[in-house]
Amino acid sequence: MIPPTFDYLVPATLPEAIALLHEHGDEAKVLAGGHSLIPAMRLRFAEPSHLIDISHIPGLDYVREEGGFLKIGTMAREVVLEDLPWISERYPLLVDTTKMIADPQVRNLATVGGNLAHGDPANDHPATMLAYRAEIEITGASGARIVPIDEFFTDFFTTALEHGEILTEIRIPIPPSRSGGCYLKVERKVGDYAAAAVAVQLSLAADGSIEQAGIGLTNVAALPTRAVDAENALRGQQPSDALFAQAGQLAADASSPADDLRGSAEYKLTLIRELIQRALRRSVERAQGRS
Amino acid sequence: MIMCKTSKEIGGMGHSLKRKEDARFIRGLGKYTDDVQLPGMLYMDIARSPFAYAKIKSIDKSAAMEIPGVLAVITGEDLKQYNLHWMPTLMSDTQMVLPTDTVMYQAQEVAAVIATDRYIAADAVQALENSIEYEQMKPLIDPHKALDADAPLLRPDKEGRTDNHIWHWQTGDQEATEQAFDEADVVVKEQVYIPRIHVASIETCGCVASYEKAEGKLTVWMTTQAPHAIRTVIALVAGHVGLSEERIRVISPDIGGGFGGKVPVYPGYVIAIAASFLIGKPVKWIEDRSENLQADSFARDYHMTVELASTKEGKMTGLRIKTLADHGYTDAAANPSKFPSGLFSIVTGSYDIPTAFTEMDAVYTNKPPGGVAYRCSFRVTEAVHAIERITDVLAQKLGRDPADLRFQNFIQKDQFPYRSALGWEYDSGDYAPALRKAMDMVGYEELRKEQAEKRARGELMGIGISSFTEIVGAGPSKDFDILGIKMFDSAEVRIHPTGKAIARFGTKSQGQGHETTYAQILAEELGIPAMHIQIEEGDTDTAPYGLGTYASRSTPTAGAAAAKAAHKIRDKARKIAAYLLEVSEEDLEWEPGKFFVKGAPERSKTIQDIAFAAYTNHPQGMEAGLEATHYYDPPNLTFPFGSYICVMDIDPKTAEMKIRRFVAIDDCGNIINPMIVTGQIHGGLAMGIAPAMYEELIYDDDGNILNGTFMDYLLPTSVETPNWETGHTITPSPHHPLGAKGVAESPTVGAPPAVANAVVDALSHLGVTHVDIPVTPFKVWKILKEKGVIS
Ligand SMILES: Cc1cc2nc3c(=O)[nH]c(=O)nc-3n(C[C@H](O)[C@H](O)[C@H](O)COP(=O)(O)OP(=O)(O)OC[C@H]3O[C@@H](n4cnc5c(N)ncnc54)[C@H](O)[C@@H]3O)c2cc1C
Repeated sequence: MIPPTFDYLVPATLPEAIALLHEHGDEAKVLAGGHSLIPAMRLRFAEPSHLIDISHIPGLDYVREEGGFLKIGTMAREVVLEDLPWISERYPLLVDTTKMIADPQVRNLATVGGNLAHGDPANDHPATMLAYRAEIEITGASGARIVPIDEFFTDFFTTALEHGEILTEIRIPIPPSRSGGCYLKVERKVGDYAAAAVAVQLSLAADGSIEQAGIGLTNVAALPTRAVDAENALRGQQPSDALFAQAGQLAADASSPADDLRGSAEYKLTLIRELIQRALRRSVERAQGRS
Repeated sequence: MIMCKTSKEIGGMGHSLKRKEDARFIRGLGKYTDDVQLPGMLYMDIARSPFAYAKIKSIDKSAAMEIPGVLAVITGEDLKQYNLHWMPTLMSDTQMVLPTDTVMYQAQEVAAVIATDRYIAADAVQALENSIEYEQMKPLIDPHKALDADAPLLRPDKEGRTDNHIWHWQTGDQEATEQAFDEADVVVKEQVYIPRIHVASIETCGCVASYEKAEGKLTVWMTTQAPHAIRTVIALVAGHVGLSEERIRVISPDIGGGFGGKVPVYPGYVIAIAASFLIGKPVKWIEDRSENLQADSFARDYHMTVELASTKEGKMTGLRIKTLADHGYTDAAANPSKFPSGLFSIVTGSYDIPTAFTEMDAVYTNKPPGGVAYRCSFRVTEAVHAIERITDVLAQKLGRDPADLRFQNFIQKDQFPYRSALGWEYDSGDYAPALRKAMDMVGYEELRKEQAEKRARGELMGIGISSFTEIVGAGPSKDFDILGIKMFDSAEVRIHPTGKAIARFGTKSQGQGHETTYAQILAEELGIPAMHIQIEEGDTDTAPYGLGTYASRSTPTAGAAAAKAAHKIRDKARKIAAYLLEVSEEDLEWEPGKFFVKGAPERSKTIQDIAFAAYTNHPQGMEAGLEATHYYDPPNLTFPFGSYICVMDIDPKTAEMKIRRFVAIDDCGNIINPMIVTGQIHGGLAMGIAPAMYEELIYDDDGNILNGTFMDYLLPTSVETPNWETGHTITPSPHHPLGAKGVAESPTVGAPPAVANAVVDALSHLGVTHVDIPVTPFKVWKILKEKGVIS
């Protein structure tokens, strides 16, 4: 549980951080909250030669609505999302997710950006960002680019981030009125990664039918998973138990979980089927302003 | 109601005094082994085996030795030169300090590195681990296969051994029990497994060994629950290299939890001591979390076949149990009793069962050695689980309410002292009021109604009862010893001229609050305010000899010794008071804090007056000073008990479980500090639901540990922990000088069957009679799936 020697660098600006990444090559890693990276280093699974700590760069930890988006600076800590009343009100899916991540001690340091950049399909924010159809701002030596969330996770623990790039911002389109969402997770104990979890974000039309649906699934495949068929089946339909059951089945069909200590693949598929139905019911209630 | 004989200022028994030790603990100012820093101190780290069973082909030290700052690499061959490569276990077995040819479990110590810096040591271990060649062998993991003809012979080093069987042990009247079963109207039987678990104390194990060549003196600061016993063990096993007991000092500083895991002597301690002895510099070794979890002694791992016989009216008539114990590759049990299966024979529990017979077999496997008595006297948790589970199985079979069946079979108040079928003499008990109180507190009858209604709606809810009897306070010398040393414990009390006191003990607190409770016992007996009584433990150079703290033995033994020593002091104080008041001793009466003349209470001398006189104005011919020592050999164990009720809700779709209520009524006799007792119960209950719902060390067929970190070895947190509802009844121990019994282990022992019984109760209408702990949602899901509840 003792990491090998490494150098610790503290850039004051973003360009300086990017320059350091280029200077030190493949063995350098960005350090954000450190709650995924440092455990990996202590087990010597990750042995970076240089840690480039971006937490002292000013202006990377904002949370604000601007230009049609909720913009989250990469260094915004989980605890900030938990504590903002207007976030709870307008982004219930996001707050649900945050509250299911680890425990307060971890959330005091862990960042939303790190949670996505880590590329771990067991992390909770990826599914949520899929459901929100978020966009990721990535900054490199030649400036910033925007990557839709669907293109961000490219492989197991791999993302669209190229070497020398830093994830700088997460953008969630501001949901229209009559929207609601919900995150449900089954875990063995607090702080555990999900046996299975679902993120649902819905918008209702004036007639109460489902206008837009986003569904992300956590830890049921090598990548964070969008339940595309379930989303399609919901769109344009009036909410009903039968419809939700169908969506649950389609979401399970989109999953390919593995047997592990949390349970068998079959168990996890049962969870997905059930959680989807519950999350849809809850999201509709929230969209209708009933909870 | 708890009655107090002393004022709040004195703070004797029954007062909820704030813990004196917390002043430093809550400020983070405790002094633990890892806080010890000595000039020139070196650091040790250990290379461990990646395989469960393998021959060591070669160890190349060079890569590690080349790292600047590395002073030595120590292997089994190196220790062999001093005949220190093996050590004895408490169970007369042998354990490798470092292997010379074969590794026996994954994470076993293979070689040690000594370096000038903790980080360099870790780098050197990585280099060393990459330079050890093994030849893997097929390990023996399943204890049920240990005696198969094709099983590998794991301990060829043991002369005359032809299989992996360690020992057989049986107790009770076999013939009478057979007969009871033949004649029974009803027999129930279950296979019950208690998983392999780990104590996981917040502080891992470690030591700082400092051998000073010039004086020939060894000082070891270490995480041990039994410093005096360790000193003697070191003298016995290292005498041949010149370590003699008067020149060995073991200091057990503040300890961050022990729970039995800090009773054994681990190889790391021995290697660090050997290294300091050879190099002549202090050597620090502190395990990391994974090493602690993967390599240190496990607990439990007991396979039981449990059978209970009864009449059709529900009167229990016989109990029969066969067990298989998986001890890993050596029997290194931290078991202080003379019985290889510890106190398992408490298994008749709270019930008046006329006959019983138990037999146990222990086998070797390629797993870490053990086991430790994790927050229970050895094998008591297993026993209580067996009897409390099978009682519910019988109730289910008879269609009886499990509470009702318990009331019918309880040992009755007037049967105490009660001799059980397996030979224990229970000191005192009154079981029915405790269960009744728990049922009233939880609202038992209404809950049963609610359950029936929910069942009709397809909802799952269960109510689980556990009415356990514990056996603690090791122990009477006829049944207990460690290496022949009898299991008394000791107190040495000195009163200073100003009437303040210091007292030292042979036990060692690891969080139990001895600095407060011992002070309260002395305050009770001497009337000196507990605030002004300094308690010390853990330094073998200063404290009187004792066997340490585990098995809830401190109050039953050292607590009793404190009371007895106080009585000796009071006897002398009476003489001094009589002299000062110019009356005869018989004319004096005692109330906490002073002697007064019978019939003339205004003529009195306080204990402070007397203490001053003991140094300034004592009667001629009397020795000066006011102090006493007592070694207490308990005449019997103490038998605390209680009744717990757990209410469990289960989600019929996802199988998620939630403890809705948990009521715990405990009886530990007279209570010294109610707040500390409640704290012990809270902590113990959390440690009780842990193996019941979360904890298990899991190995694959190759002996790889699958959950060797806290990511997958699941310790419950405050979120998983329900709001404990506690209460007590008081049935004093007739043989303990204070009427007190041990308490800290009752909840760990009593809680698991309450949880398991609640889950089975929730599923009983589906025909479920047993679920092994830990009962996880996945396990329950499989049952619901099999029974067609979940499609
Ligand atoms: C006990 C515990 C329990 C946990 N439970 C959960 C849980 O239930 N659910 C969950 O989702 N997570 C959980 N986590 C993970 C936690 O949320 C992590 O902190 C988070 O996944 C990573 O965020 P971080 O800021 O700590 O990133 P770090 O650990 O600092 O970094 C993680 C990785 O991302 C890279 N990185 C970070 N920021 C950037 C950036 N801006 N640009 C480019 N690369 C970057 C780093 O180089 C590193 O490779 C848990 C962690 C712990 C310790």
